[in-house]
Amino acid sequence: MTSSDYVAFDYSDKKKGGADLRQETFALTRRLFIQLVRRPSTLVAGVLQPLIWLVLFGALFSKAPDSLLPGGISYGRFLGAGVIVFTAFSGALNAGLPVMFDREFGFLNRLLVAPLSSRSSIIFASVIYITSISLLQSIAIMGTAFFLGYGWPGFAGLLLVLLTLLLLVFAVTALSLGLAFALPGHIELIAVIFVVNLPLLFASTALAPISYMPAWLGWLAAVNPLTFAIEPIRAAYGGTLDLGLVILHAPYGDVTGYGCLSILIALSLGLFLLISPLLNRKLA
Amino acid sequence: MYLIELQELVKSYGTVKALNGLSLKVPNGCLYGLLGPNGSGKTTTLRILCTLLAPDAGQVKVAGLDVVKDPRSVRRQLGYVAQEVAIDKILTGLELLQLQGDLYHLPSNERDIRIAELIERLDMKAWITRRCGSYSGGMRRRLDLASGLLHQPKLLVLDEPTVGLDIESRSAIWQLLFELKSQGTTILLSSHYLEEVEALADQMAIIDEGRVIAQGAPDDLKKQLGGDRVTLRVREFSDENESEQVRKLLANVDGVRQVVVNRAQGFSLNLVVDDENVLPRLREELDRSKLQVFALSHSRPSLDDVYLQATGRTLMDAELSASGNRDVKLESKQAMR
Ligand SMILES: Nc1ncnc2c1ncn2[C@@H]1O[C@H](COP(=O)(O)OP(=O)(O)OP(=O)(O)O)[C@@H](O)[C@H]1O
Ligand SMILES: [Mg+2]
Repeated sequence: MTSSDYVAFDYSDKKKGGADLRQETFALTRRLFIQLVRRPSTLVAGVLQPLIWLVLFGALFSKAPDSLLPGGISYGRFLGAGVIVFTAFSGALNAGLPVMFDREFGFLNRLLVAPLSSRSSIIFASVIYITSISLLQSIAIMGTAFFLGYGWPGFAGLLLVLLTLLLLVFAVTALSLGLAFALPGHIELIAVIFVVNLPLLFASTALAPISYMPAWLGWLAAVNPLTFAIEPIRAAYGGTLDLGLVILHAPYGDVTGYGCLSILIALSLGLFLLISPLLNRKLA
Repeated sequence: MYLIELQELVKSYGTVKALNGLSLKVPNGCLYGLLGPNGSGKTTTLRILCTLLAPDAGQVKVAGLDVVKDPRSVRRQLGYVAQEVAIDKILTGLELLQLQGDLYHLPSNERDIRIAELIERLDMKAWITRRCGSYSGGMRRRLDLASGLLHQPKLLVLDEPTVGLDIESRSAIWQLLFELKSQGTTILLSSHYLEEVEALADQMAIIDEGRVIAQGAPDDLKKQLGGDRVTLRVREFSDENESEQVRKLLANVDGVRQVVVNRAQGFSLNLVVDDENVLPRLREELDRSKLQVFALSHSRPSLDDVYLQATGRTLMDAELSASGNRDVKLESKQAMR
């Protein structure tokens, strides 16, 4: 270093908040993707698990009579929507893990001494990252389901599927990031993820319609966020893109496609509002 | 003109009082050393300065800005090299530096020029494209220094920058710090190595139990102290009782100002005396009590003596007693956000 190096640049008084926010968010997101590429096992596991569900469960009920399910569709077709949603859900549930590790290893401190234009960039990066990989995983599952003969929703249907998944992923990501700051360590976070994951799948309409369930489970399934994502997707796979139609017969009444999506939107917004005081405190 | 002004800082972790009214001022362009034993509050002070921690009470100003009220403008001016190096093992050193540059919003071409300069200056070329997980302690330190310097901060804050390093790496870092100072960077570093502070610092503060107990230029501190130092052993391995007896005996000798038992060094005795004329009188007194002189050395005051004078114990003793009652795991847990 020569002495001239030290007068060369002065960054202190540039007014470029938007560009700064973009630069830091991009850099943080890039870091998460580099980690993913060098350690792809979580990505692969996130696809493998639902894939096994799809193949095994599809096979288990493959000889069930066609009249078994409402609308006379095969079980594989019925199951597809559930497994797609489950894929996105469990992917998003992991959103908090990288943040938790950064807290534990002190990397977060490195970010916090930097003059970030907004500390929301740390959250934005996680949301961008987890949204892209869970959508990617879901699309991989959709492709596999197609090859197994469980159908394909068409282009407009695909857009509806992705929109629905996006809303669910936002909500679950908010929840997971909130947990990542509220819980003391990664062991606790993993425990919560582990405990929440399967019960939410079973207590939804992923594996069976509400009409098959005992009343108490039907109620659970009818308030389970996964159900509000599964039904529009199932409808799209059945060729129904009209969101005005009733797609869920819940114990408390009928819910339309619009109803399902509105509930998901409200849930995402509600959860982000709920966790923001926590994030503000931890990232202050 | 002071770049850093800390006033009456108080900080507790639960029941542990880490800072207890700590005040100090660092002049612009100065290399300032913070000397203190383990657990004296050095890291806590630096973390407060770097906006990572809010004090319970007191004022923190950097370049006249209130750190608590306006943390972002302070962060811009400041490079922080933490004691515990936090790196991302999956990234390469180069990727980490690029990330760092983006977090400080350097334009990408200038960022890359800076990175190239630092790779050259800190001699990191051979391994900078390898993943950080494979780096040695010295490599990590250099990488961390580079990330602290990337945005050319006015103020560089280093928490024990050379702890655990070999002599060669240590002197390379010292060299760099001298260079930075000559270019006008203000540097605040903490250390529990006396030699380090003595070799580097223009100004220093000795902190103990969360307070500054002496501050000034190292030479002035030693001069102010006055008196000569004597280290004495009556046998190779004394026990506490014997040393205590000898201490009482010698405390009354004419010209002896102070005698303490140094536990860290096998219960040897550290004395402060008026001048070298006191030495024969010490020997006479020991003779009278049929005690031998196994070893005796005599010197001008050192920084350790400054510490001893202020606290009544040697720096090493303080380290020994502090290291026993700390739960490092628990602390890092509690330092989490
Ligand atoms: N996160 C924490 N939770 C609880 N106590 C803490 C925490 N951090 C520090 N302490 C306590 O506060 C006091 C000051 O600690 P600090 O880390 O500031 O000292 P230090 O001078 O940096 O020590 P060292 O030389 O070991 O790095 C110590 O008694 C320590 O045990
Ligand atoms: Mg420390």
